Amino acid sequence: MESAADGPAQPRPSTGRPSWGLPFGRARRRSALSPSSRLPPAPRRTQVKAGAAEVAEDTQRTAFLLRKQWTLYSVTPLYRFSEAHLRDYSRLLSAFVAAEKKKGLAVEIGGELDIKVSVTSLPDLKGSDRDQAAILVQLSSRSSASPKNSEEKVIWSGWFCCVAGDELSENLPEAFTCLPLFLVNGAESNTAIVGTWFQKTFDCCFRRLSLSPFNLSWMAAMWTGCKVDKPASATELVFSVPRLPHPLHISYAINLEDAQALWATIQKTPGEITQEEVDVFMDCLYSHFYRHFKIHLSATKLVKVSTAVASAHCDGIIKFRQSQYLTGVLMLLTELAICQIQ
Amino acid sequence: MAVLRPFSKLPELNSAVLLLVGSEGDFQQKLAEAILQEKKDFTVNVHIATSLPLPSERDHLRPQIDMIVFMIDIKNKYSLKNVEDSLAYVDAKFFLGKVCFLVTGVGRVNCCSVDMNAVWKLGENYCSPVLFCELELEGTRVATAQRLLRMLQICAGYVPGVSALYFSTLMTTFSS
Repeated sequence: MESAADGPAQPRPSTGRPSWGLPFGRARRRSALSPSSRLPPAPRRTQVKAGAAEVAEDTQRTAFLLRKQWTLYSVTPLYRFSEAHLRDYSRLLSAFVAAEKKKGLAVEIGGELDIKVSVTSLPDLKGSDRDQAAILVQLSSRSSASPKNSEEKVIWSGWFCCVAGDELSENLPEAFTCLPLFLVNGAESNTAIVGTWFQKTFDCCFRRLSLSPFNLSWMAAMWTGCKVDKPASATELVFSVPRLPHPLHISYAINLEDAQALWATIQKTPGEITQEEVDVFMDCLYSHFYRHFKIHLSATKLVKVSTAVASAHCDGIIKFRQSQYLTGVLMLLTELAICQIQ
Repeated sequence: MAVLRPFSKLPELNSAVLLLVGSEGDFQQKLAEAILQEKKDFTVNVHIATSLPLPSERDHLRPQIDMIVFMIDIKNKYSLKNVEDSLAYVDAKFFLGKVCFLVTGVGRVNCCSVDMNAVWKLGENYCSPVLFCELELEGTRVATAQRLLRMLQICAGYVPGVSALYFSTLMTTFSS
């Protein structure tokens, strides 16, 4: 090994490929969430801002989004999707849903449920004009046993949205539409049917978006800093202790005023949050818990974060509580979905 | 003597000592077993510790340590803090290639609790390579054991012409 004896200053191989071959070394983006950031300047995000006051009538339209549990998926860009054809999409999708439901089933006696599909656009849910408007898909059932009663019950809702998704949409070719976040409320079987139709029609791919404890701690810090008017619930963090014979969950609830006071002492620049501030906030909470119970919460897994603004579970389930912060929360979720796609 | 020094004791003939430091009990044990099962032509002793400093009572019985591997579990934020606190008890001369950071649990990225930037910064600040592995799977555990064994062989001086200082090449980032 003659060459090895030349001394430590050997020419380094200049391949463009990272040497570890694991997800961490691959991407080079500045995002704070993906573990693949490689020593960029300290990641920071803008604080979730309350929506402007003139969106009062929009809150009416989006009120149905609040206080429901939404399951999160990330969606790759849709090919040849156009907003002008929403009605055609509803017809095609309802035909598909009807066909899937009837597949392999004997015809039921006594009132078969007709499923009506509607695909509409929600123009308010976007961050800037560059974003695509949100698309809402709803399955509603109307029992044919009482045809006079035309009351429809929504049995399944799903909506695509994109808030501040510039990172993905600016590099896309023309024929693609960028709607990276998909939220679902309803039965899993319907989700599978609608998802299959979208995947076949627009050549996209749906993947469950799970929230890592790292992301959840960001959400806890960000949402604690938001001002809420009504007397709001406490900030609650749920931890799961690994590797025990019986599963153990620890729930840590903090009075909202105290949590906000703590965050106010930590946050330096109003409107911006850095990784250090989030770490300090969580470390304060953990050390307080340790002082009382002698349990290191940092060794457990943060599973659920529940604040007055929204609550998020690590399986990718979210619940919005305040309509004024809806866009802000969606912006964060869009960022996470884009991370997962890339 | 609370601080670990690399050359404070006499080395044994044809043997090398590896110290695994980390708060993760199970996988440390399994990794140690995997290292010991590898075919090698020198004796390997693996010492396991949850944190530094090592208890001083048995200090006279301990051999010279050739390489320290600090294990960080990405699912466990406490393990990073543990490692950061333990680093204070390592002499500066160890950081000339005889220390390496091993990040485990990378198979489960969805359970990541640790900020990867902090880990990279740790590697940069202490001039030591950061390796990634997954100890739950047999295959990668064996591969990691082989890699660590090779590094140990070099640190203990059993590969002629190659010294531990060359491990700085493992820290190169191939940034595009």
